[in-house]
Amino acid sequence: MFYDRTLSSRLMLGTAQYPSPQILRDAIAASGADVITVSLRREGQEGGDFRRILKDSGCRILPNTAGCHSVREAVTTAHMARELFGTDWIKLEVIGHADTLQPDPFALVEAARILSEDGFQVFPYTTEDLIVGEKLIEAGCRVLMPWGAPIGSGQGLRHLDALRSMRAHFPDIPLVIDAGIGAPSQAMMAMEMGFDAVLLNTAVAKAVDPVGMARAFGQAVVAGQLAHQAGLMPPRDMAVASTPIFGLAALA
Amino acid sequence: MQIDLNGQPTVTLAATLAQLIAERGLDAASVATAVNGEFVPRGLRDGTALTPGTRIEILSPMQGG
Repeated sequence: MFYDRTLSSRLMLGTAQYPSPQILRDAIAASGADVITVSLRREGQEGGDFRRILKDSGCRILPNTAGCHSVREAVTTAHMARELFGTDWIKLEVIGHADTLQPDPFALVEAARILSEDGFQVFPYTTEDLIVGEKLIEAGCRVLMPWGAPIGSGQGLRHLDALRSMRAHFPDIPLVIDAGIGAPSQAMMAMEMGFDAVLLNTAVAKAVDPVGMARAFGQAVVAGQLAHQAGLMPPRDMAVASTPIFGLAALA
Repeated sequence: MQIDLNGQPTVTLAATLAQLIAERGLDAASVATAVNGEFVPRGLRDGTALTPGTRIEILSPMQGG
């Protein structure tokens, strides 16, 4: 449940950097995602076409505050997004570093508190830091979105042990791996580890065939979710024969 | 008067934010506005007077990740 809402797909898809509006449209459909993320930018010419794509997709819109570096910018952007998209959902990004696009955890928690008190349902883009996660929950967040790797890097799950700890530390909070996913195998791994969803953009938009890659990610996320539900076997150090020894012919 | 619209020095005859949106030919329901860094809800655009040098942001939905 993501703020009392059940999602039919655990893949959340970004809408930026696609080769064409039609490919964006087809990629959303092929992915099966029912949440897509969008931004706000200075009024341009292509706004009308984009609004139509959003509407036609039938997806729930998760506006973001991408590009904001301060509490004030993020809060103002969130208010503008709420009015424009008619949703209390906001993917809260407060960037702390221009090279790594790492979130500024102090500003993030402050902005999350302000927005939560104002009725927003905040999806904070955060690191895997457990204490920051706790502070975000205290601030009113009911979902956390730890990064897999720096935005757009395609490195996958860079801090596996830390992400495992985070999953264990917040068993009842929906956790979405947001950013850094480069391949369907990485998205599947996140789901196998018990994360509740993955959010990605560049890995699909910059694939040779974005529509094909969107489909691959959609299926990987389903496979990972099924695997987690089914329960993975524990790894072993030694081989254990899978074929029974009983009844083995004596042919030596 | 001259204002700052989306980072560009802009000359306008509009006296209010609502008039500015109309003057620019924008669909009022498809944009969100901020004045001097503060969000201005749709319902307050009529009552938001512009003065020379006012910094205005008019934003619309855009592709994002």
